[in-house]
Amino acid sequence: MAEMASLREAYGKALVRVGSKNKDIVALDADLGKSTFSRAIEELGEERFVEVGIAEQNMAAVSAGMAIAGKIPFFSSFAVFSTGRAYDQIRSSICIPGFNVNICGSSAGLSDYGDGKTHQALDDIAIMQVLPNMTVLVPADANQVDGMVEAMANHQGPCYIRIPRNDLPVITERAPYTIGQVDTFRTGKDVTIFSMSGMVHTSMDAAELLARDGIEAEVVSLGTVKPFPTEKVREIAAKTGKVMIVEEHNVINGLGSSVKSALAGMALKIGHMGLQDTFGQSAESYELLLEYYGLTAKDIAEQTKKLV
Amino acid sequence: MSTQDDLIKSLKKKAVEMRLDLLEMLEPGKVGHLGGSSSATDIVATLYFHKMNYSLKNANSPDRDFFLMSKGHAVPAQYAALAEAGFFSKDEFPKMKTLGGMLQGHPDMKTPGMEAVTGSLGQGLSIGAGIAYAKKRMNKAQNKVYVMCGDGEMAEGQLWEAAAFAATYELSNLTMILDQNGLQACGSCVDIMNIPNLPDKWAAFGWEVIEIDGHDFAQIIEALDRDPGSKPKAIIAHTIKGKGFPFAENVVGFHNGAMTKEQHEEGKKALLAVKEALK
Repeated sequence: MAEMASLREAYGKALVRVGSKNKDIVALDADLGKSTFSRAIEELGEERFVEVGIAEQNMAAVSAGMAIAGKIPFFSSFAVFSTGRAYDQIRSSICIPGFNVNICGSSAGLSDYGDGKTHQALDDIAIMQVLPNMTVLVPADANQVDGMVEAMANHQGPCYIRIPRNDLPVITERAPYTIGQVDTFRTGKDVTIFSMSGMVHTSMDAAELLARDGIEAEVVSLGTVKPFPTEKVREIAAKTGKVMIVEEHNVINGLGSSVKSALAGMALKIGHMGLQDTFGQSAESYELLLEYYGLTAKDIAEQTKKLV
Repeated sequence: MSTQDDLIKSLKKKAVEMRLDLLEMLEPGKVGHLGGSSSATDIVATLYFHKMNYSLKNANSPDRDFFLMSKGHAVPAQYAALAEAGFFSKDEFPKMKTLGGMLQGHPDMKTPGMEAVTGSLGQGLSIGAGIAYAKKRMNKAQNKVYVMCGDGEMAEGQLWEAAAFAATYELSNLTMILDQNGLQACGSCVDIMNIPNLPDKWAAFGWEVIEIDGHDFAQIIEALDRDPGSKPKAIIAHTIKGKGFPFAENVVGFHNGAMTKEQHEEGKKALLAVKEALK
């Protein structure tokens, strides 16, 4: 069993590590800095962390101003708020001019299991990837958070990173991340599973289950949802001719929509698992929600088997 | 004449030229935001030709002052100032709002001298506060940031988020100028959504508030010069929508309307008369 690690803590540590090398990096939060771990950057100086209060729209546009002044802001909140609540500010003040503003959507997906519908971001990828100039990154584990934060700081233009509330198994080594990078965690000749975030390790567990039935599944993490790595995904999909997409997000306009667009015109069998155009709900645990919405390793194995 | 009188006369001349520029941007029959551009013109002229520190040769100088037209539909007034200052040729005026043109319908980074994208109302003050925070609190620098807002825009909740933020962080390098012309797209501001007691509201948020006649250059200069101490500064400028264009003054339809050929000529005649009187 792989070691578990917090992606939120990794985000805070990454801000400190990258921020200690570049004095222009500044973190903003809307009264959730202890949860998103953005407050960690305070150890580099109190002016490096900006508490904006519960005012996400202001936070987004203040970040745009900081970018105009030559800073590299990272603004963070729960994903529902940092994206949806501030959508037009991100669109107008940040993406149209293409400023170097970085956005963290924390407690994303179903991971804020107790708080329910209002706090569960199942549309953040959709509304961020539709914005021209935006880059969308989804780390598969805590180590990848570190590489992605550095890539975001160095990339000229707005970036979004999706961070879950729950810890995830560590499945990558600490390494620089290249935007557009596609990570294959397991190779297989029978079927390809494309996924992101916590669904990557879940898909690896599913691949173990499939292996017991003699099915060799390839497991691929699409850590860069935008700019979408179309050619790489087409090449990978062509090897097996059978594709399962798994996402902890609405099946509309998330990872799967991008994968399917990329694979247009190819003769493939495609399956797609995710939230079926629904909001989430409160539950006693994250795992219970994954079971309810059919996103466990067992579910993935069963659905994938049907493609083979 | 005193130096102050000379300054005011030179600003009046600039303002007339800028209003004539508006006519170049808005030929007869072309829909545009004449009303809110002309109410803002005298203040914008004072900023660009008296108050602000900027350099044509080094437009991105880290030492420059910043102007943001949060009421982005009034950007023709800023285009006039930028062209008068030499950021681009007046030949661009007739091409405003045409395909591929550098003068878009609202502020855009394609325009030389433009700092931000605004026009989705309520956002400019936050952007200005971000610049002001970075310059004052992180860089310990002296840059000033000026943001012009509209009175219809006061209904945007985000403005008040920015008001609290700027006061909390004592952004004394930030000035909000309210172009209070009393009218918005669909009627008078009082009728559409009354936001009463604006000077009191800004003061209650912790801002230094100054009320002026937004067409009186002495008052504009004095308000811009006043030291707000540790507070951000709000200048509530009472203005006339359509100022300088007799047929458009206080007329809602010229929020975003088109001049007839006769009105265009009338406007030009009126402005040339003002220009002649300033000689």
